[in-house]
Amino acid sequence: MMGSENADGFEETNLNSQREDMENLDLGVDGDAGGDDPLKKSVVNGDTSNSGYRSAMSTLSNVHDPLSPPPTVMIPADSDPLLAPPSAYQDFSSFGSKPISSDNSYIEPPSYADVIFSPFDENSDSEINGAEDSSLHSQFSDSLSRSPSSSSSDYIKITVSSPQKEQETSNSIVGGNTYITYQITTRTNLPHLGGPSEFSVRRRFRDVVTLADRLAESYRGFCIPPRPDKSVVESQVMQKQEFVEQRRVALEKYLRRLSAHPVIRNSEELKAFLQAQGKLPLQLSTDVASRMLDGAVKLPKQLFGEGGASAVPVQEVVQPAKGGRDLLRLFKELRQSVSNDWGGSKPPVVEEDKEFLEKKEKMHDLEQQIINASQQAESLVKAQQDMGETMGELGLAFIKLTKFENEEATSNAQRIRANDMKNLATAAVKASRFYRELNSQTVKHLDTLHEYLGMMMAVQGAFADRSSALLTVQTLLSELPSLQARVEKLEAASSKVFGGDKSRIRKIEELKETIKVTEDAKNVAIREYERIKENNRSEVERLDKERRADFMNMMKGFVVNQVGYAEKMGNVWAKVAEESSQYDREKQSS
Amino acid sequence: MESTEQTRSISGSMQSPRSPSSLPYLSVSVTDPVKLGNGVQAYISYRVITKTNLPEYQGPEKIVIRRYSDFVWLRDRLFEKYKGIFIPPLPEKSAVEKFRFSAEFIEMRRAALDIFVNRIALHPELQQSEDLRTFLQADEETMDRFRFQETGIFKKPADLMQMFRDVQSKVSDAVLGKEKPVEETTAAYEKLKHYIFELENHLAEAQKHAYRLVKRHRELGQSLLDFGKAVKLFGACEGEPTGKAFSDLGTKSELLSIKLQKEAQQVLMNFEEPLKDYVRYVQSIKATIAERGTAFKQHCELAETTKLKEINLDKLMLTRSDKVGEAEIEYREIKAESEEATRRFERIVTRMEEEIVRFQEQKTEEMGVAFHQFAKGQARLANSIADAWRSLLPKLEASSTV
Repeated sequence: MMGSENADGFEETNLNSQREDMENLDLGVDGDAGGDDPLKKSVVNGDTSNSGYRSAMSTLSNVHDPLSPPPTVMIPADSDPLLAPPSAYQDFSSFGSKPISSDNSYIEPPSYADVIFSPFDENSDSEINGAEDSSLHSQFSDSLSRSPSSSSSDYIKITVSSPQKEQETSNSIVGGNTYITYQITTRTNLPHLGGPSEFSVRRRFRDVVTLADRLAESYRGFCIPPRPDKSVVESQVMQKQEFVEQRRVALEKYLRRLSAHPVIRNSEELKAFLQAQGKLPLQLSTDVASRMLDGAVKLPKQLFGEGGASAVPVQEVVQPAKGGRDLLRLFKELRQSVSNDWGGSKPPVVEEDKEFLEKKEKMHDLEQQIINASQQAESLVKAQQDMGETMGELGLAFIKLTKFENEEATSNAQRIRANDMKNLATAAVKASRFYRELNSQTVKHLDTLHEYLGMMMAVQGAFADRSSALLTVQTLLSELPSLQARVEKLEAASSKVFGGDKSRIRKIEELKETIKVTEDAKNVAIREYERIKENNRSEVERLDKERRADFMNMMKGFVVNQVGYAEKMGNVWAKVAEESSQYDREKQSS
Repeated sequence: MESTEQTRSISGSMQSPRSPSSLPYLSVSVTDPVKLGNGVQAYISYRVITKTNLPEYQGPEKIVIRRYSDFVWLRDRLFEKYKGIFIPPLPEKSAVEKFRFSAEFIEMRRAALDIFVNRIALHPELQQSEDLRTFLQADEETMDRFRFQETGIFKKPADLMQMFRDVQSKVSDAVLGKEKPVEETTAAYEKLKHYIFELENHLAEAQKHAYRLVKRHRELGQSLLDFGKAVKLFGACEGEPTGKAFSDLGTKSELLSIKLQKEAQQVLMNFEEPLKDYVRYVQSIKATIAERGTAFKQHCELAETTKLKEINLDKLMLTRSDKVGEAEIEYREIKAESEEATRRFERIVTRMEEEIVRFQEQKTEEMGVAFHQFAKGQARLANSIADAWRSLLPKLEASSTV
């Protein structure tokens, strides 16, 4: 990622104090139209360290941006500049709500400089489901119809806040472990959650793991957003505060994504997580080791065949073998998967698989491209940031020079020069501010790329569900012929014995019983597999549509942003060029 | 003293050669850089073209070949002979970049050398210099000889005399127990010195950031290029309808990358380089300040010595010693020297006063031009960025409503 070099780190501290200087400067600048005079602000902030993309990301997801310009008006969604006809752009002054006159004969090209882009405002009231938003972003997601569940009548907004240290109750002298809980606040009008209402619970990270695991079980084949990492190493290495904050942000993102999923948002598991006071009423996930131990206990019984126990208990085929307690099943399916790999007998689901394999390949390819694009997006963001910083430093250096020349002036030439410098410096500082604003918007738009990396993982999960379900089916299918064969052999042998072979006959009965159970299990498994396949299909379809819409939004947002700020900067510099037009030498040859 | 002197463009001729021949003109251009030699000994030669109607020059046009060290020779000679005048600065002798000899570096050096010679040609006193005439007209062999003399190991006799006198005055000071610092302490001059030294710091910082800004342009250009490529690949993967839109986006991004690289070069040549030149100029002034200090010291010391000789002479005259004759001769010699030193010092003071005025006006003009060009360049860049992105919007709109 974007690590800062040492030199940058040193310069960072300089820059922060310089930025404070910049903000405290009162240049007594000419009044700017639209109240957009960044130089009059006197907010000082040393907290937001802006070098490096990661810090840009994390500071932006924080609440305050102290450098935000004075309150701006958000353009209401129904006057989306891209949808309205050109004449609607006419009078987009920064204090909105002027009636748009339609009797102007001359239609100017749309000026995005006039559209005020409000920087990231956590307290905005826009009620878009799930993901973080900007006012501009919300306009576009409204204008493009997404899946029906994000119609503006339904909403659910989840906030994660106030981390607190708590202690496990324990009888020992040293007390129990300490852990952190977070407050999860939900505001929603979904009837399934008893809305419209607002409610809070306290949860710890372990509860989130439980939720994720239970969802994974209940919603096989769905593209479930991946939960935040356990980050064991990070929790040791990072500063406690930083880590807790990082986790809080990640949890919020995760829960918002879950609630954005049209099916999962209505799940009982999520409901329990969000609403149930006190202890989380979901079955706790146990660690792998104890599961293995449980399985080890069962294994001897299975191996020595106690009453049909060699068959997979029917209801358990609904879950994958891995992660379960059934070691025998695990081994069988492992053996099957190996034989599959070696090109063993394949059950007749091949031709559909080809389409699936193509899709899988395509998804993998897409993932690669998203990774690549997101890396370049990071570089772009860093480059924009650097440009803004250096422009600001340049402006500051010239401001110092201006002051110096003015103080020491002994000639008129100096005063003129000082004035020329001041104009340049002022413009440079303004441009620097624009770059910073541009960048914070860019980060949000291009963040879509990062979001989708997460979704790619979810898709992988969905595909994995399908593969493991298929493996279960194949395992059962391959068992049947061998069981049949054994029955036939026994029957043949038994028929040779006169009057029947009691022990053999009993064996045959048992085997036939096993075959029946296995058949049933096989049918259940096949149904399950088909169900998962269907989930896969609908999810992928939904995701494709959403992804396309989201990326279109992203692009549009990105482009509009670039246009707007380029226009603003162009205006600032054009003004300086005009003020210094007596120095225009282009007519002479140089 | 003219305080509102008409500002003129420094680079280029004083007047175009096409003006009536009755008006004197001297126009020089440094052109046509050619790399010569190999490896460590590689250097660049420039063609110096002089067009003039001044009688001291041989003919209306003369072309000679010069190299960087010839320019250095000229600068050093002028520095020696025209104390008090701010000799125009030369671009740095860069040992490292010499090996690389990029086209940019060569062009920037050529431009700087052109400005250097023209400033001299436009300076009322410097343009009279015989060394300038030598530089502009002498054939290459003569020039080589001159240059070798200057940088030869053997010091000129004048230098040796100076060194001797320095030692002498130090000894006499020590003997006479005078340890007072010999420096001008007028308020105005103190202010000027302080101004110059501070100015250098401020300018150096501004120049540093200007240079970084050039780098930032290049970096932004590069990242736009990479971003464009990545987006195009992504678009190819997605297929329609978003695929085409992404592909267009990527193409625009690559296009803008080119514009940014171009602007980077412009900022380097038209903004950062003038700032660097400004810094060099201030450093040249510092050298002149040092010279003035030396001249002042000499003037003071010789005045002291003269006084002492006078006292001595009077003493001898009173005692009617037969050493009077000798002492009188010595006294007259020292007095002449002292008067010469005082004249030299005062000429420096006068020159500097004029030079400061010229300097301030020149710099206001040059910086004004640089700022204007910078602002224009940034405005142009911003506008083309806006235009490029804006052109995508109708297509993006169309794609999304599919």
